[in-house]
Amino acid sequence: MMQTLIGHIRGIGRRSVDRVWRMGVAARFFLLVLLHSGTCFRRFHLIIREIFTAGVLSLIIILVSGLFVGMVLGLQGYETLQTYGAEESLGVLVSLSLVRELGPVVAALLFASRAGSAITAEIGLMKATEQIAAMEMMAVDPIARVVAPKFWGAVISMPLLAALFSAMGVLGGYLVGVVLIGVDAGSFWSQMQAAVDFKEDILNGVIKSVVFGIAVTIIALFEGYDAPPTAEGVSRATTRTVVTSSLAILGLDFVLTAFMFRGV
Amino acid sequence: MSDNLIEIRDLSFAYGQRLVLKGINLTARRGQVIAIMGNSGCGKTTLLRLIGGAMKPTSGSLKVDGIEMGQIDQDALYQMRRRMGMLFQFGALFTDMTVFENVAFQLREHTDLPEAMIHDLVFMKLNAVGLRGAHDLMPSELSGGMARRVALARSIALDPMLILYDEPFAGLDPISLGVTGNLIRRLTDTLGMTSIVVTHDVQESLKMVDYVYFVSEGVIEAEGTPAEIKASQLPYVHQFVHGEENGPVPFHYPAPDYAADLGLAA
Repeated sequence: MMQTLIGHIRGIGRRSVDRVWRMGVAARFFLLVLLHSGTCFRRFHLIIREIFTAGVLSLIIILVSGLFVGMVLGLQGYETLQTYGAEESLGVLVSLSLVRELGPVVAALLFASRAGSAITAEIGLMKATEQIAAMEMMAVDPIARVVAPKFWGAVISMPLLAALFSAMGVLGGYLVGVVLIGVDAGSFWSQMQAAVDFKEDILNGVIKSVVFGIAVTIIALFEGYDAPPTAEGVSRATTRTVVTSSLAILGLDFVLTAFMFRGV
Repeated sequence: MSDNLIEIRDLSFAYGQRLVLKGINLTARRGQVIAIMGNSGCGKTTLLRLIGGAMKPTSGSLKVDGIEMGQIDQDALYQMRRRMGMLFQFGALFTDMTVFENVAFQLREHTDLPEAMIHDLVFMKLNAVGLRGAHDLMPSELSGGMARRVALARSIALDPMLILYDEPFAGLDPISLGVTGNLIRRLTDTLGMTSIVVTHDVQESLKMVDYVYFVSEGVIEAEGTPAEIKASQLPYVHQFVHGEENGPVPFHYPAPDYAADLGLAA
């Protein structure tokens, strides 16, 4: 009995130490990526390729989801606002929800599952098939040649995708609110224009999406690079990327929102 | 310039507490094809990785072209690796690049050669392995033997002094097997390289190598020319060369008494 209890406590201790250890390794990995970023900025076509795979190929899911989220916001917002006779403020509700929160957060969540998982799987498989080792044997640093371009490609794509998500969302809200339900188009746009502040809302949203982009990408890259080189190892790493980065996005969103809008 | 490209003296290597290689001595002269043989898990791939500088020896000396690999820093290691090639077990071609781009990879990364010259060099290397016509295929469109030959062309792209082969014959059909074996010999001779082949394909490798080292459980069990190895009466070498089921390497993994496991013990 005592033995089992001690065994369990030891297990908890070991797992905690492992987690902290892994976080340390991940932080060192992040620093290495930043240190080795020089090469890929000199050879910008490497980054452009990654912007295509991470960003352009994620466009469809981001645009379609943005449109639907905006349409739902339009419907739900109208239902609530009309109770107070404030349906003209629908534009404000839709745009602020999107620009401040839903745009960066939902786009990052989608990005994690679309591009993040692909990054992890690709790097994990490159490791499993010894492509990373081959690159090292050819005196080419895989962090500089493979990892850093993916990092910057994804980090550059993320705020652009979030912005497109928000834009499509506003369009969705307009379609449902103005075209379908019949809210006055003038007040929809003018109230939106008056309420949305560039620094307070848009810039903060962009900062959020950059931070989420960095978090998702570094988690995806690290999980891939650290994955055991087996089929099972890569599949677990891919799952971990989606789970960890989703939690990281939501956690970071709370912290960032607290700083930005409450000025804690 | 010393006649020996690789000199290994009393080399030991441990993964954590587990000693994998114990007191290895090995010499490779320039221009030779050396085979390192042994059963799976005997430490021969580890030895290859040590020569390639992927890991550092725990003790002992390992010199490649007169440079002590255990004390080399990252920059010097990368300088050294530009003069080394390595052929991985299944080729390890970059799956997102064509055959041409794979072979051109090192030329583009390490040189400022104009694209026209890279084109010519890549075609020459591909021609040497008989795959000039496959230059615009993707690795997924190649057979196992072709992938191995493209990888070979890629590893000789910078005309290295040394090529390391990790199980170059694994999983090949008899024709590809013979082709790969001949290529290794021919390229070594024509390009004036030195080749270290880690393999357990006895018949194919004894045909074309100059010298053989047998590794068993982390020590060099036997060494000699192919003729000496074929004639060896050492039990381990005899079992290995003739592929016998039982000998110093037993068929059964250590287990308790069979009858006891079946519950038949009295």
